[in-house]
Amino acid sequence: MKTDFWNRFSRNQLAVAGCAIVVLLFVVSLLAPWISPFDPTEIDLKNILQPPSSRHWFGTDQLGRDVMSRMIWGAQISLKVGFVSTGIAILIGTILGSLAGYYGRWVDALIMRFVDIMLCFPTFFLILAVIAFLEPSIWNIMIIIGATGWMGITRLVRADFISLKERDFVQAARVIGASDARIIFIHVLPNCMASVLVAATLGVAGAILTESALSFLGIGVQPPTPSWGNILTAGKDNIDIAWWLSLYPGLAILITVLGYNMLGEGIRDSLDPRLRS
Amino acid sequence: MLRYLAKRVLFMIPLFFGITVICFSVMHLAPGSPTDLQTEMNPRVTAEMKERLRAMYDLDKPLHVQYGKWLGRLLVLDLGVSFSPDARPVSAKILERLPITVFLNVLSMVLIFLIAIPIGVLSAVRQGSTFDRVMSVFVFVGFAIPTFWLALLLMILFGIDLDWLPISGLRSLNYEYLPPAEALWDLLKHLILPVTIAAFGGLAGLSRYMRSNMLEVIRQDYITTARAKGLPERTVIYKHALRNAMLPVITLLGLSVPGLIGGSVIFETIFSIPGMGQLFYMAVMARDYPVVMGILVIGAVLTLLGNLLADLSYAVADPRIRIS
Repeated sequence: MKTDFWNRFSRNQLAVAGCAIVVLLFVVSLLAPWISPFDPTEIDLKNILQPPSSRHWFGTDQLGRDVMSRMIWGAQISLKVGFVSTGIAILIGTILGSLAGYYGRWVDALIMRFVDIMLCFPTFFLILAVIAFLEPSIWNIMIIIGATGWMGITRLVRADFISLKERDFVQAARVIGASDARIIFIHVLPNCMASVLVAATLGVAGAILTESALSFLGIGVQPPTPSWGNILTAGKDNIDIAWWLSLYPGLAILITVLGYNMLGEGIRDSLDPRLRS
Repeated sequence: MLRYLAKRVLFMIPLFFGITVICFSVMHLAPGSPTDLQTEMNPRVTAEMKERLRAMYDLDKPLHVQYGKWLGRLLVLDLGVSFSPDARPVSAKILERLPITVFLNVLSMVLIFLIAIPIGVLSAVRQGSTFDRVMSVFVFVGFAIPTFWLALLLMILFGIDLDWLPISGLRSLNYEYLPPAEALWDLLKHLILPVTIAAFGGLAGLSRYMRSNMLEVIRQDYITTARAKGLPERTVIYKHALRNAMLPVITLLGLSVPGLIGGSVIFETIFSIPGMGQLFYMAVMARDYPVVMGILVIGAVLTLLGNLLADLSYAVADPRIRIS
């Protein structure tokens, strides 16, 4: 089963390319202190809004800061936001989905109605409204993105539980007297991990997109902390004179999101070729 | 049909109450009471406004009483008064901006359907062709592209470098003095970029959905039957297959409402369009709580109505739904 997976995965060009992009991003964010050519917050008023040159590959922003260095540090931020918020979404989604799928009846009805209600909110509205009442900090952003993005995972896990809990191995565990908690965590949940992993990879991509949009609107990661979204804000403010502020950070977001999406779809196709769309 | 309608409407009632409970809890997320701690950070909020907010939400009373009173006012559309200097009723502020947002979203929805359905159908009919492969790359990139970035790029290209299209607002300054035909053209020119951006997000999703629906339908027995009795391929595809593949798309109409409304915050802010999304953004920035709360509720209720509309049109189109 495992070798099957790796065989299919390594033959899937899209998946391998996606994996390479994701690994590259990890390396860049980890090595940020060493590979970024300038201090990302160092202001140089003599060199503001310089176009790309051999000294500043991606140009400088409205305060003379090196855009490439800010993007390298920004990679760290988007990685952090992507993983922490997806982690929160998975935690909530798996717990609620397991409970709903395993216990059924009123527990299921209650949890699934809650999912329906949450799905009524335009997610972006809900996130913005919560931010209006809290302070826009990177931690709040991560918590809010996670807390508004668990509904899909709940549905997935619930569906898996409903089909798995009638299987023989679960019945067998029940017969030998395993507790509910043991059945949920040791027997059923590990079998749901495949679909959760795929949803999580795609979720990271979504969280990175949301964070960049929030930071672009000025309610996400706050300057001087660099993020791809808030460099683009400077791009909009200087749209008629500094195209490089708009082009490069957006390209970075596009490639990152593309990488996670390719990886996620690759994992899905390799786990179960029948799911290939 | 009437029974189905009644059932669906009754089902909406608990959802509506759930929505109001969540909105109400969002307001109480603020550390301390929403009136003191947070309003102190907003220099524009006067002591009198704080009093008004306090009175409006009855913050000195127990939570369930607060919720009950707030809900009572909500049902008669009394959303309170804005914190901004104009101090106008929130419902009036939202109502004057709602038509613009709805108009833009309907327009972009029409555009999405006009473009995505032919793409999806052609990709499915010619599965594996160059067209299909180019389109699947387009769909993949379409899912990953941040729409606000695409907006910036289009603004730079068409608005600044080529100078073909205006990049902000819905009208030129001299709009009132233009003859009707030119005024219409002026409005259209202002609409091109925002509507393109608003539509872009849904385009990738719908064409992919349409393609997989179509692929599934083409494999059905009745399509083979239609071919076997010698119908021309055109009739088989566009009459027999397309109709059935279109059915599930109707539900997508309703499901895309929250995405479109949420997206309007981004494109209305970028293109300075005076719609509900821009109002929401400004209210969040100014911590104008009554407006934020009002739009949050209205956005969710619009989604609820979108879902209802989708379910009903699906039931009209497909008799199997009504019966089960």
